[in-house]
Amino acid sequence: MTATAYTPYDAKRRRTVVTPEGIALPFVVATRGARLGALLLDYLILLVSTIAVTLLLAQVAGGLTGLGGGESGEGGAGEFLQVVWMLFWFLAWNGYFLAFELGPRGATPGKRIVGIRVAARPDPAGGGERLTAEAVIARNLLRDIELFMPLVLLVLAPTGETGAAGWAGLLWLLVFALFPFFNRDALRAGDLVAGTWVVEAPRTRLAQALSAKSAARGVSAVTGTTYRFDDRELAVYGEHELQTLERVLRENRAEAIESVHAAICRKIGWNPGAGDERAFLEAYYAQLRARLEGGMRFGKRKADKFSD
Amino acid sequence: MSGRALEQGALEAAVLRSDRFRIAREEDWTRLEAIVTAMERGRLRKLSDEDVLALPALYRTAASSLAVARATSLDAATLAYLEGLVRRAWYQVYGPRQGFARWFAGFLGGGLSAAVRGIWLDISIALAVMIAGLASGWLLVSGDEGWYWTLVPTQFTDTRVPGASREVLLQALGTEETAAGLTGFAAFLFQNNAGVAILAFALGFAFGIPTLMLLLREMATLGAMLWLFSTRDLTIDFVAWLSVHGTTELLAILLAGAAGLHVGRAMAFPGDRSIPAATAAAGRRAATVMAGVVLMLVVAAVLEAFPRQLVGETWERLTIGGTMLAGWLAYFFAFRRRPAGGAP
Repeated sequence: MTATAYTPYDAKRRRTVVTPEGIALPFVVATRGARLGALLLDYLILLVSTIAVTLLLAQVAGGLTGLGGGESGEGGAGEFLQVVWMLFWFLAWNGYFLAFELGPRGATPGKRIVGIRVAARPDPAGGGERLTAEAVIARNLLRDIELFMPLVLLVLAPTGETGAAGWAGLLWLLVFALFPFFNRDALRAGDLVAGTWVVEAPRTRLAQALSAKSAARGVSAVTGTTYRFDDRELAVYGEHELQTLERVLRENRAEAIESVHAAICRKIGWNPGAGDERAFLEAYYAQLRARLEGGMRFGKRKADKFSD
Repeated sequence: MSGRALEQGALEAAVLRSDRFRIAREEDWTRLEAIVTAMERGRLRKLSDEDVLALPALYRTAASSLAVARATSLDAATLAYLEGLVRRAWYQVYGPRQGFARWFAGFLGGGLSAAVRGIWLDISIALAVMIAGLASGWLLVSGDEGWYWTLVPTQFTDTRVPGASREVLLQALGTEETAAGLTGFAAFLFQNNAGVAILAFALGFAFGIPTLMLLLREMATLGAMLWLFSTRDLTIDFVAWLSVHGTTELLAILLAGAAGLHVGRAMAFPGDRSIPAATAAAGRRAATVMAGVVLMLVVAAVLEAFPRQLVGETWERLTIGGTMLAGWLAYFFAFRRRPAGGAP
């Protein structure tokens, strides 16, 4: 999943984990929608593959009866196929999640497609922990009561066959099914028991450095003019505006560039020309960043245009 | 970014100090990214030895680059890239270091028995509940035969009903002529019992109470059937018939119930820790036990399908069942080797 570098993360889902090196790493808890999507994808994959294998085995079994290998011979081979099928079914439905979540990506194919993975929840102090085999086993053992039993009762209870017990059971099991909606980390019961959580796993590419281009020196490739901004003109903006400007330059949409160009010119009292907006903005970006980073080195930071 | 000349040119062209910082380290970052990507794809063997050895150092370089960049750079794209890269490398450096095979070896070689010993209190509680269930089933039915129909599910009430003659009951404990059909039966039994055991564990989540109810109910059924056979002086025969696989299976269900109870107890009484922390620690230990339970159920299903149906002598059956029970108990409680891995 290639997330663009400047995706504004939902602040509510952002958590910080401290690595053993003392680096605070931001993690973003996966949305419930993404996890549901991943689950559906995984079950689709499982269903298609197990049915394919079932059909294959049925084909083989059909071949056995066609051969007519006698009563006892056919019985033995057919029984063997039956056992293979049952064990395959059990292993597929229980081992699929275990095998993939224990792998180096910590994610089933469905989760990988959606761009999320399983990780160990940090300790109360925020220190990162290892994901262990036990944790992966524990989180997957609870899936039955979280998902299938509520679904079965959801179908059974309204028919009235199970009576009041059915309704009571449904209500109780819905507590598990709806568990992820009642805690801020979107943990399901299995996550709580295993000490895991599901986080986003974006794969960010290293974007080009905007300020390393020639336009950053203030020289426009189109007109050849050199843009120089003095201290007063650069002092109006802070880090927030710098990042907005970076986003606009990377997205490179003409109307956004024009309106930002106009806004900056108005703010610093320049006469907005036309046709050379990008070079102007790149120059302004590089010089504003130089100024703000210079301040940073002396411990002086300016968060946005309202701070001083 | 390839080639020294190009890089030198880029270095000179860079106006900002933070960009020079980035260009000087970019090579290390991309190398780390390539290594991490290969590891994520499971292509560990394709990596050269130098790359594998360099991983921890490159990871620490990237982590310190991130720390420096946070203090000196306002390039949001580079910061986001570095955060993502350090996070991905962190998963690999501090990820599950053991694959399934090594985990399984540690699990059999001490991890499982250590986990079972770790939940001894819950095993005692579950055992007491199971014995209580057995006794109550017996007492209820001996007081009023009508209870038999309530306690024993219909699949067992074919010929095994109150008032059945000794011969009919004895026949129900008999053997099959050949092994044909029994393999499939074993696979079916395993699937069925594994489902029950996983349920017993999963229900422990609600403070363990549903798990105890499940254990009570199952054992009351057994108690009722035990009473039935005792009325025709077949107690020993029934116990022998049951013990072939029953010692393994009942022990597995006991462990599954105890594992569920362990989680439930940690939630209800977390002690000094927070509820999530206590639950997670208990859940991991219980999961180890559950993996053992699944293995035991495979053994139980094989025993149930073959020796029980083929071995007819009461003392033979008792020997098999007793040996299995002694074997399991010795493995769980007498086998003490410190597990190499970090198993609880």
